[in-house]
Amino acid sequence: MDEIMNEQAINQPVGSEAGNGPLSIECDEAVHQLYHYLDGELTEERRSQISRHLDDCSPCGAAAHFEAELRHVIADRCRDRVPEALIERVALSINEEQRHGTDG
Amino acid sequence: MVHMEGLYSAALRMTRNQADAEDLVQETFLKAYRAFGGFEEGTNLRAWLYRILTNTYINTYRARQRRPEITDVEDVEDLYLYKRLVDTDGTLGRSAEDEALAGITDSGLKAALEALPEAFRIAVVLADVEGFSYAEIAEITQVPIGTVMSRIHRGRRALQKALLPLAEARGIVPVAQP
Repeated sequence: MDEIMNEQAINQPVGSEAGNGPLSIECDEAVHQLYHYLDGELTEERRSQISRHLDDCSPCGAAAHFEAELRHVIADRCRDRVPEALIERVALSINEEQRHGTDG
Repeated sequence: MVHMEGLYSAALRMTRNQADAEDLVQETFLKAYRAFGGFEEGTNLRAWLYRILTNTYINTYRARQRRPEITDVEDVEDLYLYKRLVDTDGTLGRSAEDEALAGITDSGLKAALEALPEAFRIAVVLADVEGFSYAEIAEITQVPIGTVMSRIHRGRRALQKALLPLAEARGIVPVAQP
């Protein structure tokens, strides 16, 4: 599993690919763009630069993994069950509105 | 009722009070019902509902809270939490990571979020709990996208600082004394 990741990193030396943009990016920049990256709010070119850096650089990759996991924790642990009484209350108030509102 | 769970959770984070959250959700659905004629097909229904929720909260419920709102957060560095959890060799093993994250309980997380100043709290909830894009949040909260991005990022970092005691607590729970 980890071996596969490493193999990819070895087969893809930093800066070996031809391109118009910068060939590699520094850790500082990767960290700085990490939130935009995880938010899916980067251009495709930028996204793949960051992605490549995270694959190649294990400290940045580990930090990114942590941030992504933390994101899941925040999304999953902030859910509240809607009280049955509230569902009924909302349905009731809309019914009421319908009854009064039909005449215009 | 569509999106009710998300709206109710967001309402709780905004009002920090169950009775107000329930009133806010009821009012949101009622307003949405009344305004539905003006809702344009093809636009984002979910974002539209959250916009009504947020507007109603700001116009009605916030006005009720007499205490002054803090409008800024402390500047916290990137990767605040991660940097404090790593070992001396700069790494964080998967099991240590899992333990730290397990320390962030539902109630602890909600309390940490609710302690954030309002503008940051709303931005982070909409982004990280409700999963809206920057552009959608700009639409929902009616502020420029640059402001949205700044609130999300600064709010997240402030949240990380508030989560540190929870993430740390797990690993250092003392072994029960005989």
